[in-house]
Amino acid sequence: MNKKLLFVPLVLFLALAMVFMVQLTRNAGGDDPTKLESVLVGKPVPNFKLEDLVETGKLYEQDIFKGEPLLLNVWATWCPTCYAEHTYLNDLASKGVKIIGLNYKDERIKAVRWLNELGNPYIHSLFDGNGMLGMDLGVYGAPETFLIDAKGIVRYRHVGDVNERNWADTLEPMYQALLEEAKG
Amino acid sequence: MMKRISAMLLALGMVFVAALPVMAAIDVYEFESAEQEKAFRDLTITLRCPKCQNNNIADSNAELAKDMRQKAFDLLSEGKSEQDVIDYMIARYGNFVTYDPPMTMSTVILWAGPLLFVLIGFTVLVTRSRKNGEKQTTVKLKADEEQRLKSLLEEMEQQPNNNGKVK
Repeated sequence: MNKKLLFVPLVLFLALAMVFMVQLTRNAGGDDPTKLESVLVGKPVPNFKLEDLVETGKLYEQDIFKGEPLLLNVWATWCPTCYAEHTYLNDLASKGVKIIGLNYKDERIKAVRWLNELGNPYIHSLFDGNGMLGMDLGVYGAPETFLIDAKGIVRYRHVGDVNERNWADTLEPMYQALLEEAKG
Repeated sequence: MMKRISAMLLALGMVFVAALPVMAAIDVYEFESAEQEKAFRDLTITLRCPKCQNNNIADSNAELAKDMRQKAFDLLSEGKSEQDVIDYMIARYGNFVTYDPPMTMSTVILWAGPLLFVLIGFTVLVTRSRKNGEKQTTVKLKADEEQRLKSLLEEMEQQPNNNGKVK
């Protein structure tokens, strides 16, 4: 038998080890393989009729997403990452980024208290107590942030917290492009 | 007597209180027909939970899986078919959500992979056994070996082999 053939398993093993190493370093760098691509990208925001978080009886529909590019941030008080993210959202709002908040499967009182204490970065706050708009959006965890263009079409979905790094790397360039698009 | 009754009532009450969280953990669905129940069971084992990935929604305790079970039940109660429910979920969570994905360009490897594996293995086997066969027929003896073989054969012919043994 050819002696060279004996090295085949070793070479295969090394190749596999390389593949694992590359993916693991990517994971360490923030690439999460459990993240799912949103099916909604390229489609309009689903139809809904939801109450304002604070004012019961005040209803919103999907036309609030039309007119200018904005972010839709899905959050809840039971979500620790949302807490970490909140300060950064306040920063973004103070820089003039328009954000609509979707309070997802939460208790109203807690959510209102949260906004009063930590600040309110949202131009509108929707209350989705039973999570049905969340389901229509394909939300599978909080926080999630959708980038929506001036026509109300979902352009991107970001899973996990928005922070300085991923805002600068991915979200801001896309948001700026949408702003340009809306102007032109 | 009164004391004993109230003590019994208290004990009974305690049993109910203790049983409460258990009851709360199991969702109760009332089905209109056996078919509907079967459809629901089939759905909950073929739909995959996007949160607890690698669990189906029947196994997963995630809030989301609970919502998805509820939605599946609601849709079935409205008279929707099993396929309608699957389509509804795929429209929201993508093909990831079903353990029985449709054949597309990106999923074709699931069907072609095993077939290719068997095919490649078979080809390797066949080509290797052919090579070995060729080797056997093309063995060349050296001159002195040829000589020895000849003398051995002659020796065997001269001695009659009457007991069937090779000498």
